[in-house]
Amino acid sequence: MSGPLLSARGLTKRFGSRVACRDVSFDLWPGEVLGVVGESGSGKTTLLNCLAGRWQPDEGSVSYETAAMGTVDVHGLSEARRRLLARTEWGFVNQDAREGLRMSVSAGANIGERLMAIGARHYGDIRRTSGEWLDRVEIEADRLDDTPRTYSGGMRQRLQIARNLVSNPRLVFMDEPTGGLDVSVQARILDLLRSLVDRFHLSAVLVTHDLGVARLLTHRLMVMQGGVVVEEGLTDQVLDDPQHAYSQMLVASILPV
Amino acid sequence: MPDGAYNYAYLDEQTKRMIRRAILKAVAVPGYQVPFGGREMPLPYGWGTGGIQVTAAIIGHDDTLKVIDQGADDTTNAVSIRRFFARVANVATTTRTSEASIIQTRHRVPETPLSEGQILVFQVPIPEPLRMLEPRETETRTLHALAEYGVMQVSLYESVTRHGRIAKTYNYPVLVNGRYMMSPSPIPKFDNPKLDRNPALQLYGAGREKRIYAVPPYTSVKSLDFDDHPFEIETWSECCALCGSSESFLDEMIVDDSGKRLFVCSDTDYCEARRK
Repeated sequence: MSGPLLSARGLTKRFGSRVACRDVSFDLWPGEVLGVVGESGSGKTTLLNCLAGRWQPDEGSVSYETAAMGTVDVHGLSEARRRLLARTEWGFVNQDAREGLRMSVSAGANIGERLMAIGARHYGDIRRTSGEWLDRVEIEADRLDDTPRTYSGGMRQRLQIARNLVSNPRLVFMDEPTGGLDVSVQARILDLLRSLVDRFHLSAVLVTHDLGVARLLTHRLMVMQGGVVVEEGLTDQVLDDPQHAYSQMLVASILPV
Repeated sequence: MPDGAYNYAYLDEQTKRMIRRAILKAVAVPGYQVPFGGREMPLPYGWGTGGIQVTAAIIGHDDTLKVIDQGADDTTNAVSIRRFFARVANVATTTRTSEASIIQTRHRVPETPLSEGQILVFQVPIPEPLRMLEPRETETRTLHALAEYGVMQVSLYESVTRHGRIAKTYNYPVLVNGRYMMSPSPIPKFDNPKLDRNPALQLYGAGREKRIYAVPPYTSVKSLDFDDHPFEIETWSECCALCGSSESFLDEMIVDDSGKRLFVCSDTDYCEARRK
């Protein structure tokens, strides 16, 4: 086995004098799902955007092991290469599906966009692939030509997942993929994500404030508070035996059912 | 004689120089939209302010100008622009495609094949082909810079899904020289094949948005499509009622109150020449 798929070293991002995340370092190994948990404003989303190359960090670097071109410095790449990477080897699942989807075009076109962006020019083939992915994310085949506007929240989120996975990415960034959905819909999406991660051997960085989601999906966990990683370890270990006071408080805050 | 109150061809020399520089750049990078300092012209935006500035910058004493609007030489817009240049630039005007050295056009490419040395000037309302798909100018420029044109293909996919075919009939997107996505201005897609490897120079001027772009002679212009839904041009079941042409772009006209229809060539010069 080769080195880590993604490694961050000393990532710091400031907005003016406010520090959104400070000196974050970690390695993500192939096939691994890393969870980032913490309360609102703890810097989780900032970290994710820096990792995905959407924002330029003030200090530190992110390196990524590509399939074809060896290890690259994500922020040192030209914009063209970084965008190519983002639409072929990576996926990005937004919390709000409307940000990640084209709401005015059909589900089939949404799923097919990445294929067309990398040169697919056969309508029938694109449509067939879109149909297959719709089936994989458990949406009825007759909804292929409907726009996401007519979809429920859970279906939109599943469509967004399909749209990202159609190009067979190796790494998926997820920002609260189940935020704002009711619990039964959440459960189905978590179930789906777990089977997709398993089936396609995906690596993922998952940002969430929901420890239940983290427990179910992630292998390893980073707990963030005020932009700093306060605890890091295997998910079960962190959740069952939290060491840092903040992690203990976080675990203790889970509502018992 | 030219009207002494104006500089030759209406625009001052520095402005013409600036526009010529933009044109040279546009010709050097086929399909790329070059910004230029558009001037107020004595006609409203949407009537051809872009085309008229391009024409003013390239016209000279030896030129013969033809102006068409929807293919016709005798519509208000075409007549006024032709008279404008006859007055301010003292040039000969014509309605014959083969005799013109500069043809300013709105919505059509003449049926008569163009030859080397002729210049076709298009009036363009919206130069950005991605405008309806991506509202941010910064983003469309990035997409052009990186040649990321998947989103245009998405719009064609959507059209096939909704209508069973690519339903876009005018302003049909093209890829110029294998590089830049270009709006061919609102010409019918019937005219798209004429843009490809045309021996004449094509200049496109957008007055409101202040952009100039160009297709040099013999440059490839490819209309986008799918492998299983290839690009097709319009066809008619009728021939031109006046000249009998079955190869030209036909306008449908309703000629009486009972709804009687007539199909005639939209290119008046072509139609007249065939009737002689």
